[in-house]
Amino acid sequence: MSDSITADIIQNSVISVLIEDESGALARVVGLFSGRGYNISSLTVAQVDARQGLSRITVLTSGTPMVIQQIKAQLKRLVPVHAVSDLTQEGAFVGRELALVKIVSSGEDRTEALRIAESFRARRVDSTATSFVFELTGSPEKIDAFIELMRNLGLADVSRTGIAAIARGPEVFAPLVFHPSEETV
Amino acid sequence: MTDLAAPKADEHTKTLNPATLNGAEVLLRVLSELGVEVVFGYPGGAVLPIYDALFKQDHIRHILVRHEQAAVHAAEAYARSTGKTGVVLVTSGPGATNAVTGLVDALMDSIPLVCLSGQVPTKLIGNDAFQEADTTGITRPATKHNYLVRTPETLAPIVREAFAVAQGGRPGPVLIDLPKDITVGKAPLTPPAPTPAMKRLQKIAAQNRPAQDAIARTIEAMKTAKKPLFYTGGGIINSGPHAAELLRALARKTGFPVTSTLMGLGAFPSPDPQFLGMLGMHGAVEANMATHGCDLLIALGVRFDDRVTGRVDAFSPNSFKVHADIDPSQIDKIIPVDVRLEGDVGETLEALLAAWGETEAPDLTQWWNQIASWRSVDGFGFTQDMTPEAVIRPQYAIQRLYELVQESGRDTFVSTEVGQHQMWAAQHFQFDKPNRWLTSGGLGTMGYGLPAAVGAQVAHPDALVIDIAGEASTLMNIQELGTIAQYRLPVKIFILNNRYMGMVRQWQELLHGSRYSQSYSEALPDFVKLAESFHGTGMRARNVGELDKVIRDMLAHDGPVIADICVAEGENCYPMIPSGAAHNQMLLGPDQDSAAAGLTEEGMMLV
Ligand SMILES: Cc1ncc(C[n+]2csc(CCOP(=O)(O)OP(=O)(O)O)c2C)c(N)n1
Repeated sequence: MSDSITADIIQNSVISVLIEDESGALARVVGLFSGRGYNISSLTVAQVDARQGLSRITVLTSGTPMVIQQIKAQLKRLVPVHAVSDLTQEGAFVGRELALVKIVSSGEDRTEALRIAESFRARRVDSTATSFVFELTGSPEKIDAFIELMRNLGLADVSRTGIAAIARGPEVFAPLVFHPSEETV
Repeated sequence: MTDLAAPKADEHTKTLNPATLNGAEVLLRVLSELGVEVVFGYPGGAVLPIYDALFKQDHIRHILVRHEQAAVHAAEAYARSTGKTGVVLVTSGPGATNAVTGLVDALMDSIPLVCLSGQVPTKLIGNDAFQEADTTGITRPATKHNYLVRTPETLAPIVREAFAVAQGGRPGPVLIDLPKDITVGKAPLTPPAPTPAMKRLQKIAAQNRPAQDAIARTIEAMKTAKKPLFYTGGGIINSGPHAAELLRALARKTGFPVTSTLMGLGAFPSPDPQFLGMLGMHGAVEANMATHGCDLLIALGVRFDDRVTGRVDAFSPNSFKVHADIDPSQIDKIIPVDVRLEGDVGETLEALLAAWGETEAPDLTQWWNQIASWRSVDGFGFTQDMTPEAVIRPQYAIQRLYELVQESGRDTFVSTEVGQHQMWAAQHFQFDKPNRWLTSGGLGTMGYGLPAAVGAQVAHPDALVIDIAGEASTLMNIQELGTIAQYRLPVKIFILNNRYMGMVRQWQELLHGSRYSQSYSEALPDFVKLAESFHGTGMRARNVGELDKVIRDMLAHDGPVIADICVAEGENCYPMIPSGAAHNQMLLGPDQDSAAAGLTEEGMMLV
């Protein structure tokens, strides 16, 4: 029975976790993934609400539908976790990544690199006679494409942040605004 | 269901001048306020302030164990046999690391526990100070949650929250690491108030109820099923005795057969005709065949452990599956199900009973006939040669133990170690009440049973407490004979002595050409003398003729006893589903070809 869910289709998921800013909180999330053998393609984390002491973790992961469902259930079980949302499942979302890309080249390659950077709207944040550092934001796919094009043009070093993501539209998955009524919950 | 609301400060708390308390005293006040009566522990430098505070009060009793692992197992059995939360106190560094096995054991078996560990002073954390270990780091995957107390103000709230976390939802162990400066310095005894995490837990608990439509779908399936089966587990025990009563009521009303996991034994009376026995690797033939052949499987407070499911893709292949669990992450984890019943299993049973109402029990004659034919294969059967000099078969030893315990009419708690004896105990000792069966199911920890017997006896001083043991397992926490002696705990240690790590030997026979690599116990102690050296009584049965007398003497003796029961050395535990095989591919006895039972290379991997 339940054949549909057993299908071994691997899907990508962007999962957002609102978590208490306490020591070890990130280790708990990362430990959950490594301990249970879940994949992490990228992970970003930063405080998003100083007053309530909340951080938002965005994980890009992959797995069968059953595994993704497990990841969410396991995350919800962690005591410091306030909310878990699967952006991939819950409608449209915006996902952005920042990359810093260093190119070391000269001559025609250098000019070509600069041209491509312009067409990608990458910002030049450092340049020397033989190198550039470009700053680029966009979907991970766009950054992948940029890096691919730079590969033959002196690509030397890459630093990427991993994806930060948020749902489109007015929908809010865990309101950061403090409601006095929640006091009594 | 556990009430997560913080309890009120008791009288004893109110009479104190909170301004003068140090952290250790605050800790003990809060423990009293939470109803803690017993702490199992072992002292050391980092927890001396707590031991000093313990000395100055008489509300909380401290049981001094001989090893921190044993403290945790004792607390686990205390919790399992009382329904309360077990409490452990250990020192920093080696004390905390020794506790880790127990914590994982409690995590795997969902036992509510709070472990208090000492830590070096805050200023020294991270400096490789004497007896420093990154305890929160080490225990992160070993606990449901853990805390490092960094400021005096957070001490009382963290302790209260830790108990709420340990008990709330699916229970589990929680650790609080307490730096020495926090326990030595002054700390405020803040009044009980729910913390944000406690409020969140309460909210989750309130929402965590099986959906009405899921109940309705389950009832629909129950009404139309031809071959239904209740598959019940430790979650029913965790939910409390009420859940066990509801299970009995639902089984009566529907006439459905019931099987149980190792952890669930006692939730449904084993002698009851509706009970098919334990399922899984060493489960009953009828339980496993029914699991394989049912058309409706209602899983209640179980987690589809691999020792139960065997080959996952061949598990109960033709059934409509319903799964009730308080922990949503257990549902659809191993086996995809058709209906999810998220919530406390007691509440779920209540909802099912209400929805079933006065519906007449369906006609299941055919199904019961089928079960009867499986039952006629006596998978647990054995023949005991009754001549007095005959070698005792281990199954017979447990059968006689059970029968003579029955005769004694005493309320009995049974703990076990891990190995063949554990499986034989599960097969041949019968339970008709929950909370009486204390065994390490998920982690399978040798050395569990002896300290667990300590914990159960401390909780139930007048009850009969028996550790059914193997000789190898007994030696894993043998130092606890000291604890038993110190507190005059009349624990009975019933060793099925086959001189082998029997379960290992069994696997070696099955999978490794009977090469008994390191599974023979050389240089065993004389258990009779060992008992005597720890101020107890030792007894030995060498053959069938001596068995009954030894058991009777053991039961009649009012102090601790080690009964060394010399049993057949080569006996194996059947039935057996070799790992990697399906439920209808049980090995029934030693003469059967393991290849015929579907034993595969992949199965070997799963051992
Ligand atoms: C701490 C620990 N180490 C190793 C094992 C692996 N193991 C499982 S059963 C067993 C043998 C147990 O022997 P014994 O206690 O004599 O019991 P028997 O199987 O003979 O009844 C071993 C070594 C374990 N379960 N726990």
